[in-house]
Amino acid sequence: MIADFGYGALIVTLLVSVYGIGAAFYGARKNLPAWVESARLAMLLTFPLVTISALCIIFLLVNGNYEVEYVSSVTSSSMPTYLRITALWGGQAGSLVFWSWLMALFATAVTLRNWHRDREFLPWVIVVSLVTLAFFLILIIFFENPFQKLWLFPDNQVVAGLSQPAGSVLFFPRDGQGLNPLLRHPGMIIHPPMLYLGFVSFVIPYAFAIAALITGRTDDRWIRVTRRWTLIAWLFLSLGLILGGRWAYDVLGWGGYWGWDPVEIAAFMPWLTGTAFLHSVMIQEKRGMLKHWNMVLIILTYCLVIFGTFLTRSGVLSSVHAFAQSAIGPLFFGFIGLTFITSLSLLLKRWDELKSETQMTSWLSREALFLLNNLLFMGILIVCFWGVMFPLVSEIFTGLKKTVGPPFYERATGPLWAGLLILMAIAPLAAWGHSTIKTLGRAIWKPFVLSLVGIILLIVSGIKSVPALLGFWLAFFVAAVTLQEFWRGTRARHSRSGESYPLALWRLVGRNRPRYGGYVIHIGVVLMAFGIIGIELFQHETQGTLSQGEKIQLGEYTLTYESLSIFDSNDGRNVARAVLSVEENGKYVGELFPRRDYFFESQQPMTIPGIKSTWEDDLYVILVDWQPITSQGATFKIYRNPLVNFMWLGGIIFILGTLIAAWPTKDIETVRTRERHEILVGATG
Amino acid sequence: MPVGSLFLRGLSKKVWVSSLIYLILMLLIFFSTVNAQELTPNAPSDNEVNAIAKQLYCPVCENTPLDVCPTQACSEWRELIREKLASGWDESQIKAYFVEQFGDRVLATPPARGINWLVYIIPPLAFIFGGIVLFRAFRTWKKPAEMGDKNLAQPSSDEYINRLEEELRKL
Repeated sequence: MIADFGYGALIVTLLVSVYGIGAAFYGARKNLPAWVESARLAMLLTFPLVTISALCIIFLLVNGNYEVEYVSSVTSSSMPTYLRITALWGGQAGSLVFWSWLMALFATAVTLRNWHRDREFLPWVIVVSLVTLAFFLILIIFFENPFQKLWLFPDNQVVAGLSQPAGSVLFFPRDGQGLNPLLRHPGMIIHPPMLYLGFVSFVIPYAFAIAALITGRTDDRWIRVTRRWTLIAWLFLSLGLILGGRWAYDVLGWGGYWGWDPVEIAAFMPWLTGTAFLHSVMIQEKRGMLKHWNMVLIILTYCLVIFGTFLTRSGVLSSVHAFAQSAIGPLFFGFIGLTFITSLSLLLKRWDELKSETQMTSWLSREALFLLNNLLFMGILIVCFWGVMFPLVSEIFTGLKKTVGPPFYERATGPLWAGLLILMAIAPLAAWGHSTIKTLGRAIWKPFVLSLVGIILLIVSGIKSVPALLGFWLAFFVAAVTLQEFWRGTRARHSRSGESYPLALWRLVGRNRPRYGGYVIHIGVVLMAFGIIGIELFQHETQGTLSQGEKIQLGEYTLTYESLSIFDSNDGRNVARAVLSVEENGKYVGELFPRRDYFFESQQPMTIPGIKSTWEDDLYVILVDWQPITSQGATFKIYRNPLVNFMWLGGIIFILGTLIAAWPTKDIETVRTRERHEILVGATG
Repeated sequence: MPVGSLFLRGLSKKVWVSSLIYLILMLLIFFSTVNAQELTPNAPSDNEVNAIAKQLYCPVCENTPLDVCPTQACSEWRELIREKLASGWDESQIKAYFVEQFGDRVLATPPARGINWLVYIIPPLAFIFGGIVLFRAFRTWKKPAEMGDKNLAQPSSDEYINRLEEELRKL
């Protein structure tokens, strides 16, 4: 009954969406505001309707209605309620509903904004948003339905379907299969919603871009309207990627945070184009240039968002056969192809109207350096896209699968990342419009010298690795330039108004949040670079099978295997938990408890490392789960991950910077009115 | 007469001979074992196995290096690496063996031959192409335009930044 109700709500949402698309299109073409208003109301209606459907799934999940195929595949009686709720995005069908729910939420939010100055955009923003929503609803209703029930035939065959096949009865499994244990981590519970929020928010700037192309209002209004949407999308996408990295570090048990897996890359590609877009739109805002390029970037980002959603859950790129067997694979590719071609056709139609208003005057101007930044981001995108697609291409032409693993991506993107760091150091000091070596050199020499001093100190301290020294130098250089920018601004405020330095810094950032928020993001990147250099170039590992009381050494750490306990937990796990005491340079520093959880329902093991964290390094110990584990002897894999915590700190600062940049600025008129009002009240009072 | 001499005299010649043979045999066995231990390399350590396993990818699981793959099959493949190392094979021989058995997909990156060249050639070509497009666009843009550079002469839209820059110049 609940399942049927939820399914019905989805069908009604699809009908409402189709009506909204038609009404908006007709209203815009015939210039009939009443039709556009009707379409706007239809878009508003989609949110409560998808909410009903999502709530129905949540009810079924929490209630344990295992006769529903989706419920049976992602929950089990041993799972706590919060995990049953989050199982909404634990499987493909549910996560598509969750995606649609977020899309409807953002569509509603954009509908409720003040459209006074952008009335002509409204119908086309509705059309793009609702077409995207309708596409996902079609996928859910016809191909990946979370409301399908299980039907049992007399020959004990169980079939999933919406309606009862002749001769079958409803099948009630005693228990479900449970959520994949790897997905039960807090990071994995928050990670998909963040990623999806990022994906969905990018639909809004794309919708405005398409509206600008269709209406011919090709000035930078669409960019100004969507600046905050873009930043919010970027914020969520960044947060999703960072959380995903932390989840991998905590749960996957291979001592790393990023494995260049196709699913990771799928989420990373829209981030790359989104980052290029965020830099590139500044050129259009400041100099009226690159209008074509900004359109291309937002179109690419939208297509990569759809591609990413598809890859994240379906895994069809693992082989040609999986792709061919997947019902939704060709549909996804068809939709991406159609939107890409339609968007490019619209862009070509308006090509002449999107000419630059000004000229590029200097190779060293900030806009020129931003363009180089875009080239490097596109380079990384090509490496990622081709690396993900090549195994499929190879299989099509040769019938043989190939692995394109981390060494390929690291070697191919390494120099490009280094180039981006150089630009990150130079571009903030380059002037818009015109910049020469002399002016740039005058601005840059102090941070440059400071960064060299830092490197000399590192060489003296004994670091000899050339790639590491180069990486650290670049990171120091960016840090020095960025901190100098904060210092210059704060000092100027201090000398002009006599404000104390902390207040001057606070107000400096507050008065120009996008600029200084961007600099905070750069500081975050520098810290992340420290962490990445540390773990990539200085990670050490060892493995050994120890009997009780035996020791193993890694660098200055000595670990002693103390004991092992094996027990069943009350949530369906068999836990093997080891105790190791840790000494650093012969001094006892604590105990670590690596463990291996074996989930009975899904018959999957999960390795939870024992981690001792300091700013210097992480000692990361895994109870190697594929070796026989007994209290007499156990195998441990031990990593020393230097500086890795700078990466997580950098991630937090990165997000903080994005929040500063996206924080709403007070409308000057409102402030002035309020000040006048306060003066009047003070005078009369 | 010492007790020892009586004891020795009591032993028959036959016992003496058989004892001598036994002693020689034991010595031979002992030395042969020592020699065998000296000749056969020590059993490869986990770290030696992992150093090679790290460079190979699980033929079953997607994108998982062999040194961290938790499946039973991978555990057996790691043992295979250990056996090969114990038999005196080197890293390249073991990698070649795995490629022969399971195909190129066990390697972290496709070997540079045939269609695989595409994976290495296309990204740099695309990047160079992008660079050329950008360079040409720069040159076109840099030609003096009739319309002039209107924004260049105008102050930036951000009054606050202009004021800040002005203050900095005065410092």
